[in-house]
Amino acid sequence: MSDVASGTERYLADFRAFAHNGAAVAPAWLKEIRESAIARFAELGFPTTKQEEWRFTSVAAIAETRFTHPASPIPQLGPRAIEPFLIGGGPRVVIVDGHYAAELSTASSTPKGVRVSSLAAALRTDGDSALARGHLTRYARWQESPFAALNTAFLVDGAFVHVPADATLEQPLEILYLATGRERTVSHPRTLVVVERGARAAIVETFAGVAEGGPYWTNAVSEVVVGQGAHVELYRVQRQGPESFQIATTQSRQERDSFLGVHVLTLGAGLARHDINAVLDGAGAELILNGLYLLNGAQHADHHTVIDHAQPRCASHEFFNGVVGERAHGVFNGRIIVRPGAQRTDSKQTNNNLLLSTEARADSQPQLEIYADDVKCTHGSTVGPIDPMQLYYLRSRGLSPETARGILTYGFGAEILGRMRHPEVRAQMDRLVRERLGEGRA
Amino acid sequence: MTENVLLQVQDLHATVEGREVLRGVDLTVRAGEVHAIMGPNGSGKSTLAQVLAGHPAYTVTAGRVLYEGKDLFGMPPEERAREGVFLAFQYPVAIRGITNAYFLRSAVNAIRKHRGQEELGPVEFMDALEAKLEVIGWDSSYLTRPVNDGFSGGEKKRNEILQLAVLDPKLAILDETDSGLDIDALKTVAQTVDKLRRPDNATILVTHYYRILTHIAPDVVHVLAGGRIVKSGGKELALELEEKGYDWLREEATVA
Ligand SMILES: Nc1ncnc2c1ncn2[C@@H]1O[C@H](COP(=O)(O)OP(=O)(O)OP(=O)(O)O)[C@@H](O)[C@H]1O
Ligand SMILES: [Mg+2]
Repeated sequence: MSDVASGTERYLADFRAFAHNGAAVAPAWLKEIRESAIARFAELGFPTTKQEEWRFTSVAAIAETRFTHPASPIPQLGPRAIEPFLIGGGPRVVIVDGHYAAELSTASSTPKGVRVSSLAAALRTDGDSALARGHLTRYARWQESPFAALNTAFLVDGAFVHVPADATLEQPLEILYLATGRERTVSHPRTLVVVERGARAAIVETFAGVAEGGPYWTNAVSEVVVGQGAHVELYRVQRQGPESFQIATTQSRQERDSFLGVHVLTLGAGLARHDINAVLDGAGAELILNGLYLLNGAQHADHHTVIDHAQPRCASHEFFNGVVGERAHGVFNGRIIVRPGAQRTDSKQTNNNLLLSTEARADSQPQLEIYADDVKCTHGSTVGPIDPMQLYYLRSRGLSPETARGILTYGFGAEILGRMRHPEVRAQMDRLVRERLGEGRA
Repeated sequence: MTENVLLQVQDLHATVEGREVLRGVDLTVRAGEVHAIMGPNGSGKSTLAQVLAGHPAYTVTAGRVLYEGKDLFGMPPEERAREGVFLAFQYPVAIRGITNAYFLRSAVNAIRKHRGQEELGPVEFMDALEAKLEVIGWDSSYLTRPVNDGFSGGEKKRNEILQLAVLDPKLAILDETDSGLDIDALKTVAQTVDKLRRPDNATILVTHYYRILTHIAPDVVHVLAGGRIVKSGGKELALELEEKGYDWLREEATVA
């Protein structure tokens, strides 16, 4: 307990140093928010497993590790370092240890009117800064989450994406968050994506580490605003090293008749917690949350999703599958809130977990809070080993037990991959899934 | 005579969940033959079919089965399949995430590999599949759907027939493949089975209906009741059953 408390103290001290440091340059309004956020973090402290939201996930290892906020400039990385993590030839923003790496980014090749830059640069540019001010920190709930508070307190850089009304980002935009693992770094990358009315965009966020070495911690927050009638596909791959930590929030807000697809592939980090908070804040909006976690070794990954149906006639379809092997532990918590007046809500949630060993563990918790009467909400979850009937069916067609098991395991992933619409992105995800599961080519 | 015996079931006893369901089944199937097995619900027809395919829930407690002269129970399910045994399930299993095409190709290649033939790539396989699809009157949209997932009852049955056509087994056991099919589908299924009929293969049709037997003339009709074959006869036995039901046979069996 005292270790956790002293962990909190360290961040308060680091914040003081950060706030007086040149790196923290920011508009006055943001400085104010940072101050409030660190104060909030001081009140909340690191969560413990006594808190319902953190029942299955202990962050003691994070609180007890002396992570540093390096003041020195980020190390220079060559293009080779990022190559394994890139998907296509589209525009990209590369964030190294929480800071924009201009020499690795190719954000300039975006169509007219579309702004893709570092968040730090956007905050220095009058127009962008005004836009950012209207959105940044307004959605992710730093008042409630200590990690979002910490990210907000140390908010300095990340990606900034603005797609104006009716514009289209043809190729998927890649945002690569890379950790170098030097000096037990903690980084707090912060991303803001604003897709205006009628616009279309696909974005891929990739979290990775260059060195497999020492522990590092990425504490990320991304806010995504989807305007009226806009269409956004957001992909997210987390493939950090097994020694690393990752805590992240993906926060979305959707306006009328918009579509948002959030596709998640969690492969990495020793300890990972990903909160997805989606607010359907305009009538007729549609959301797909489509996630897959493949865990082995001693990995622990916790996905907490909150879908907030705040307006009528919205649809949310959530599919999360987990394949958990060895001594790994997967946690899924899916909360669905249907606000009073959010009539004709159509919401579906499923979470299926495949356990590949007797020591593997998965906890699945649906939470429905329905305050409207004319709604359709269904949920279901399963946790278990490979279905013996499926295994037998495949064997009865001539497949060896090993091949059959491989196919059935891959099937858990393929079901999720099948909902990813961009061919290159899906192909890359598919490759990663196959690599992890050791399945042959289809 | 014995050399074209494909399957020989001798005094087969099997239990499920500790209950004896098969109580001494004898059955001989020769190459080129079609056998129909009829009988009341719960009499053990599917159990017999599943025991032959190698279902793990059933325990063989006595008797033996020779397939092409070899001990069938000495082979795991996949080896039976590779050696040419095929069971069309009464309740086909759904597999999410895996497309029908991938599943079928994996099965075909497992069998080809066993036979020392080269495995088929996706393109070659698709070419070979087109013809089979046409036979059962399906378009290729069923190939990109996950195996039996969300398929209607009849579609699942047709999918079993597609597998039958693609895998081309020596011994096909069709467990109520005709149940739940519409009239046209029944005809296509029957025609497919009939087309696949050759002097070197055999079919066991488990059915409740005389109708399919008007399309596929069986050589022998058996009645399985209470875990035993209580009567065997020609096609006319099926017609008799259609009229009289099974009660008269039960009486005959208890009297005997
Ligand atoms: N897996 C199982 N677990 C428990 N009981 C079983 C199982 N499989 C079969 N049985 C029982 O064994 C008996 C024979 O079942 P079987 O499925 O072989 O009948 P059937 O002749 O195929 O019937 P139907 O015509 O209804 O398909 C039934 O009483 C059934 O309940
Ligand atoms: Mg049956």
